[in-house]
Order: sequence, then structure tokens, then C-alpha cells
Amino acid sequence: MSLFLSYLLPGIPYGCAYALMAVGLVLTYRASGVFNLAFGAQAYVSAVVFSIALHDGWPGWAAFVVAVLLASPAIGLAMERLLFRYTRTAGPLVKLVPALGLLIAIPAVTQMVIGTATRLPSSLVLEPWKVYFHLASTPVSGEELSTTVITVAVVAAFALVLRSSGLGLRMRAVVESPRMAELSGVRSDRTSATAWVLSSLLAGLAGVLLAPLYSTVSASNFTALLVAAIAAAAIGSFTSLPITLIGAIGLGIAQQLLAGYLPSGTILSSGLRPAFPFVVLAVALVAGRTLRQPEAGDPLASCDPPAVAFRAPTRLTEVTVGSRAFTALVVGMLVATTLVLVPGNWEFVFTLGIVLSIVFLSITLLTGMGGQISLGQAAFVGAGAFTAGQLAMHSVPVLGAIVLAGVLAAALGAVVALPALRLGGIAVGLLTLSFALLATNVLFLYPWSGNGATGLTVPRPALGPISFAGNGAFFWLALVFLVVLAGVVKLVQWGTTGQELAALRGSERGSAAVGIDVRRLRVVAFTLSAAIAGIGGALYASLQQSISVNDFNYEFSLIYVVVVAAVGVYSVAGAIEAGILYAVLMQLTSTLPSRYSSLLALVFALAALTYVRHSEGVVAYAKAWVLDRAEQLTRHLQGPGLSLAGEAHIQDRTDRPAVASGDASAEHPGSPTEHPGSPDVHAVPRSHS
Amino acid sequence: MAAALLETAGLTKRFGSVAALFEVSLRLDAGETVGVIGPNGAGKTTLFDCILGVLQPDAGSVWFEGTRIDRLPVFRRSLLGIGRTFQRLELFSGMTPREHLLVTERARGAQGALWKDVLGMGLPTPDEKRQAADLLDLVGLTDVADAPVESLSLGRSRLVELARALVGPPKLLLLDEPSSGLDDAERATLVSVLGRLGRTRDVAVVVVEHDLDLVGALVERLVVLDVGRVIADGPVEAVLADTAVRRAYLGVGR
Ligand SMILES: Nc1ncnc2c1ncn2[C@@H]1O[C@H](COP(=O)(O)OP(=O)(O)O)[C@@H](O)[C@H]1O
Ligand SMILES: [Mg+2]
Repeated sequence: MSLFLSYLLPGIPYGCAYALMAVGLVLTYRASGVFNLAFGAQAYVSAVVFSIALHDGWPGWAAFVVAVLLASPAIGLAMERLLFRYTRTAGPLVKLVPALGLLIAIPAVTQMVIGTATRLPSSLVLEPWKVYFHLASTPVSGEELSTTVITVAVVAAFALVLRSSGLGLRMRAVVESPRMAELSGVRSDRTSATAWVLSSLLAGLAGVLLAPLYSTVSASNFTALLVAAIAAAAIGSFTSLPITLIGAIGLGIAQQLLAGYLPSGTILSSGLRPAFPFVVLAVALVAGRTLRQPEAGDPLASCDPPAVAFRAPTRLTEVTVGSRAFTALVVGMLVATTLVLVPGNWEFVFTLGIVLSIVFLSITLLTGMGGQISLGQAAFVGAGAFTAGQLAMHSVPVLGAIVLAGVLAAALGAVVALPALRLGGIAVGLLTLSFALLATNVLFLYPWSGNGATGLTVPRPALGPISFAGNGAFFWLALVFLVVLAGVVKLVQWGTTGQELAALRGSERGSAAVGIDVRRLRVVAFTLSAAIAGIGGALYASLQQSISVNDFNYEFSLIYVVVVAAVGVYSVAGAIEAGILYAVLMQLTSTLPSRYSSLLALVFALAALTYVRHSEGVVAYAKAWVLDRAEQLTRHLQGPGLSLAGEAHIQDRTDRPAVASGDASAEHPGSPTEHPGSPDVHAVPRSHS
Repeated sequence: MAAALLETAGLTKRFGSVAALFEVSLRLDAGETVGVIGPNGAGKTTLFDCILGVLQPDAGSVWFEGTRIDRLPVFRRSLLGIGRTFQRLELFSGMTPREHLLVTERARGAQGALWKDVLGMGLPTPDEKRQAADLLDLVGLTDVADAPVESLSLGRSRLVELARALVGPPKLLLLDEPSSGLDDAERATLVSVLGRLGRTRDVAVVVVEHDLDLVGALVERLVVLDVGRVIADGPVEAVLADTAVRRAYLGVGR
């Protein structure tokens, strides 16, 4: 009994921190439909601020006020005001990308401003390690005591306030339909801002309470905390606060019990504890009801302008041809200089860029073309890499191993897609994220797969007499793979599958209603995407020649999505630009002091924040801007005769319903009127006029 | 007796304690045109959702040409020959009207196969392109055929959905408030398209509509739903004269 208790009690503080975060997640999800993954980062900031303030000799209460009552809510409010109030009626991807960007950006900024020095975290109320009393001869520490009491009190107070003040009801009204809510006198703006402030408060509290449990205050601890909190929120179906609380504490306890009772020293016992939330999340998502359906939209949605999906404008043939020629020239020069002028080191960098481009193509296909969110691509990349490594170890020719790696990753993708079929939107992303977590913490640690931290060595391939051992030769090989795979993705995009994916991205219901087998299509998309990611992983392995689980940490999955979304998720070109840009910037920032190590991620994360406004990505936006100017110039040079078609278009756009042209389009930054992807005078198709 | 085109038997759907549909039994023959009217919240959209499979009914069955379809997924029912428009638009945002029709034709032909795409065989055939162009012409959208749907007015968006539902062509067309948001010219297009369908009797049409003038001009039979129940079903004039119908519609605006 006391053994059981001694395993059980330490789980409670973890469970409590999960509970606080989970309740915060549920609140913002209910108030704005946003799954605020950045809570992990907010908890981190509060923890850092709190320990630094204490370290500098502030009294505990002052540190608490600044860290929990000011810092975190201020961040939350800023997020709501500046970003998420514009995404309320947007699709899941538009809600997700900025949150991911913040999850990466906030700790990066914190680290740069405050530094990486590890400071001992400190506890809140009681002496953390002092034993206050014994429960059935198990010591109860101040940490456990204070965390539990505070959590239960705070969550109970929240539940009470939500119920008695009607805030909970207003929140539900706002997320169901901001318009309808406003028509019935609810101020949606204020309601959702309140929810963000309150839930950020909880995130901050969770951070401060949990900090003493870790030896250092590090951002990745708080990302792991976030995943556990998501699992707890899923247990409560993203609605019920009491069930979420119980689920979270149960989760914390179950993790400790598992760690205690599983045979120690095995991968299962050390890996399962961090990966356990995956199992819970997967079961809760797939068995639960709430997130199974694609999110229902606003019942008054037909009054709003329809959600804007990015569409590349059709341009004048002259402009298209000109820009293609220019691109070809730039690419050609780049390749030439890489091979001739550039030092060997840069050859490697560009090859890495090509390999990353292949990985990013898998996101272009799945997310850009099909609108399906995967936050677990790193797992497929890793699966491909380790498959290639294992096969090469068993003397399969490396080129063959690379192809087979794609096949295995494809199979894995299909397996992950199957439970995801029942889910919609963000839930698929959460499921894949937790799969990546499982891969990092358990699957990749076995000797038959990734061989843990030791990793594998993978040789460079050879084809008959041709060896790709040198960096220059390998560059060409990678380029061939990229060209072939990019071609495949393009063909798929133009073909039936691609068109059906575009339809699916536009409307799942509409797709099914016209006879598209949505389930099959999603499995196809996941499978093909995983295959591409797997091949990318295998090439990465062969490029690096030595790989380990750290190369495929689940956090990379998040960074991949942020990078691709920031640069341009809708086009094959976007994936390639993202890959090259990432590799080059990585090389350029590699010599910076460690304090600035996350500068690279920060750049892309900040760019990803623009996703709310320009879902086509910053590079694609910049290109469109340049081409717009080029097109205007061309038209100008060609004389006035061509502008008639454009005027017809403007006519068209003014007969939108009154509501839409009034406050709605003024309020929504993504509204068609301001969107570069929407037809403009100069973007009118001309090809068949 | 030949099997009806569509038959629902005891269709019941509850949302919590609200019965959105209660024991709805309807029969529809090939080529028939039926209007469904009823106050907001009467269950009209829910009826369509249960017929097409967007929602699973709690009780009852749905039959199409003599086969039971209420266990089939939405896309299979669609492929049997049911076209539908949505009250809340379900357009493929980011695509043009022409692409809407082309992808629908390919889906209806069930031609999607990854290997064909990779070999470059997944492009629309000239035949499909012509059919798409004809349909666009029919609903009067040729001038915006290649503009993104986001740039269209609500009325024209509804016409895109109509054209999309007509691809096939279907044997049964379910239209959910097709005239809401349409201007006069668009409404005239709608009336002429539906009128033609009604005359040729190739396609059975069920239309949910609040505009009784429009319904009267287009359909031969009216079904009235109120709080999930069928309270009247018969020829248009007879139903409109019914006192229960008048009471249910009182205060709805017409
Ligand atoms: N997804 C849903 N969840 C809960 N209630 C719903 C849902 N869809 C419809 N209802 C309810 O079912 C009833 C019928 O709705 P609906 O079929 O949309 O009516 P109509 O189309 O006739 O206006 C209404 O009371 C509505 O509030
Ligand atoms: Mg309706």
C-alpha cells in the first residue's frame, strides 16, 4: 500500500499542472475555437520570470504577481487582440499556424533576452522539498501539497465563475457564431479577450507550479507538458472542466505508476512515461465524440464573406513566361556556382537544402493541397532514415534502401491515417503530434530501429561504378530525387487526386456530396506524404552518414510546418524555397553564440504569424507582389485595350451582400478585398478570352 | 408496383431532447417535383442531411430505387445519383466554378487513381470539359467560370452549387433554399433551369424554399414540415388551403 502511495503521490503535482493547462486550453478553445498550443510557451515564460525574480531577491508575492498575474495574461491578451480575434471563423490551419509560430517564437525571444543560463527554479508557497506530514507513512512534500491545493481551488473557482456569471454560456455562443452572439447582445470581442486572459493566467500558474519539478527551466519540458494537457483536455471532450481536471490528475498519477511498476531500465519504462499521453490522447480522440466531426461552421456563415482560400492568380502569358525564365536563370546560376565556386562546405549546405525540400514537399502535398494537418512529419522522416540505415546495415544497396524507406514510411502513414479518418481538422494534427512523440520516446530507441541516442551510421550510395560518396556527387543524386518527387507532386496536383484534394480542402461536406470518397482520399494523401517524407529522411541519413533519434525529435514536426507555412505551403516552389532558405540560414546562424541558437526558428516563427493575413506565405506573397507590378507594367506597355475584363470583375465583386462589404470585410484581415490571391484588376485570367 | 425513386420510412432524428425529425415517411417517384416548406427549424435541412447521410438518423430507413441506403457513406449515396445543394454553402473555396464541375465529373466517374495521375492521365477529358462548359452556360456563369468562387456574390455561389449538383446528371436533386440571396436575374435563371428539369422529368427535384411564389411555379406537390413532423403532403393548391399549414406558417413573413 505504501509502495503504491509512494508512486501515486508524486504524480499529483504533475497532474495538477496538466489540469491547469488543460483547463486553459479548453477555455480558449471554447471562446475562440483556437487550440492554443502556445500555452506551453506561456507557462515557460512565467516560470522563467518567476525564478529570475526570486533569484534577484524579489519577495515571493511580487515575483508571483509579475510572472503569473502580469506576464502571461499580457501575452495572452496580445495574442488575442493581434492575431486570434481575426481567425474566429477561419479554418483549422489558419488557427493553428500562428499558435505554432508562437510556441516556437516566445521561448526563442525569452532565451535571447534573458539568456540560456540555467537558474534553479523555486517553489511558490511552501518549501518545496520539506516534508510536511506523512500519509500512510509516505512523505508529503511542500511542493505536492501547495500544487494540489492551489490547483483544485483555482479550477473549482473557475468552474464556479463560468457557471454563475454566464461567461461560459457567452463563450459558447461566441464560438458557435460570433455574429449570432452579437445579435443577441453578447460582445464577442470582450468575451473572447476575457477567456484568453483567464486561460493565460492558468498557463502561467501551471508554469510556476511545475517549474520546481524539473531540474532546469527549459522550453521543451513545457512542450511535453502541453501534450499531456491536450490529452487531459481530450478526456474532457474539450468541454467539461470537471472531467478535464479528473482526467489530468489521473494522467499524472498513471504516468508515475507506470514508471514505478514497469520493469526499470527498459526502453518501455523510461519511454512510456513521456509517451503515455499519446496513448491517452489517441484513445480519447478516437473514442470521444467532440472532435470527430469536421468542425461545424457559423450558422450565419452565409452572411459573411466566404473564407478566403489562397489561389494563385492567373497572369498574363508574358509575365508568366518572363518569371519562369527568370526563375530558371536564378536556379541555374545557383546550381552552377554551387558546383564551381562554392567551397565544399556549401555544397553540403545546398544538398541539405534539397533534402529538406523533399521533406517539405510532403507537407505541401498533405497540408497545402489537401488541407490535412500533420504535426508528426518528423516521425515519418525518422522512420525513413532508420529504415534506410537498418537495410544498409544488412547489406541492401543504399539506393534500394532509400526507396524501400519510402515504402515503409508510406505504410506507417497509412496506419496513422486510419484512426485519423474519424477526426477532423486540428484533431488530426494532435493525433499525429502524439504519434511523433511516441516515435521519439519509444519507437526510435530500440536497437532494431533508431538505436537510441547512439544512432546508426548510413553509407553514401553507389550505382554500379558511379559512387555518390563525395558531396558533389551526392548533390546531383539528391537533386534528381527532388526533381522526380516534385514532378510527381505536380502531376498529382493537376490530376484527379489533386483536384479532389483541393475540393476536400475547400469543403469536406461538399466533397462527399459530389461523390468523393473522402476517407480513401485522406489515406492516399497521408500515405503519399509519408512516403515522400520517408525518402527525404533516408536521403538525410545518407547525407549525414550518422543519425540518431535527436535528428527526428517530435518538435521538428512543428518547426517543419511553421517553416513551410511561413514561406509558402500551397506550391511545390514554396517547399523548395523553404528547404533551401532553411538550410542556408541554418548555416549562416550556426556560428552565433548559443544564446541566439533559436534565431533561425524565430525568423520563421515570426513569418508564420503573417499566416493569419497571408496564408500563401511571405515568399509567395513577395513574389505575387513583384509579379503584380510586372503585370501592371506589361499592361501599361501593351496599351489600354486590355483593361475591360478587369472592370467586369470589379463589378462582380461589388454585388456581394451588404453585410459582407460592410463591417465584416473591414474586420477580417483575410477578407477577399485585401487579399493578393483574390482576383484583382490585374489578376483577371486572360488565357481563354 | 415499381420501387419508388426515394422512400423514407419512419425517419427520426433527435438533437438532445429536440426531435428535429419525427417519423417522417415520404415517397417520391422518378421525375417528380416536390416542394418542402415549413418554418425555420422545422427539420427541412435535417431531412436532406439524413437522406444523403450527412447525419445518421436515430430511427427509420431510407431507400433509393428499391435498395436501402441509410448505412452507406455520403459519397456512395451521391454516386447512386443524388445531387444536393446546401443552405449554408459548401463550396470548394480556392477553386473556380469550372474546377468545381470538372472535379465533380471526375468524382462521379470514380476515376481517381493515384497511378493514373502520376502518369499524367488524370487530366479532364475534352468531353468532361465540354460538359462543364455547357453546365456553366446553363446556369449563366460562363463569364466568371475561371474566377475563384470567393469572388462571387452569394447568389452566384448558389448557382455554382446548383450546377455542381446537376453534374451527372443525378436522378434526384435536393435543393436547400436555392433562391435565398439571389437577385432578380439570378432568380430567373434558377426558375428557368428548374422549370426545364420539371418539364423533361429526367430528374426528380425536392426543393426547400420559403418563397411560395417560386415553389408554386415549380412544383406539383408540397410537403409541409412543422417541428419535425409532416403535417401536410399533397398537390400544391390543396396544401396551401389547409388550415394547419396556415397556422404553422403564421408569422413567418408571408
Ligand atoms: N447539429 C445540430 N445540433 C443540434 N441541433 C440541431 C443541429 N442541426 C439542427 N438542429 C436543430 O434541429 C432543428 C431542425 O433544424 P433544421 O433541419 O436546420 O431546420 P430547417 O432547415 O427546417 O430550418 C432545429 O431546432 C435546429 O436547431
Ligand atoms: Mg434549413
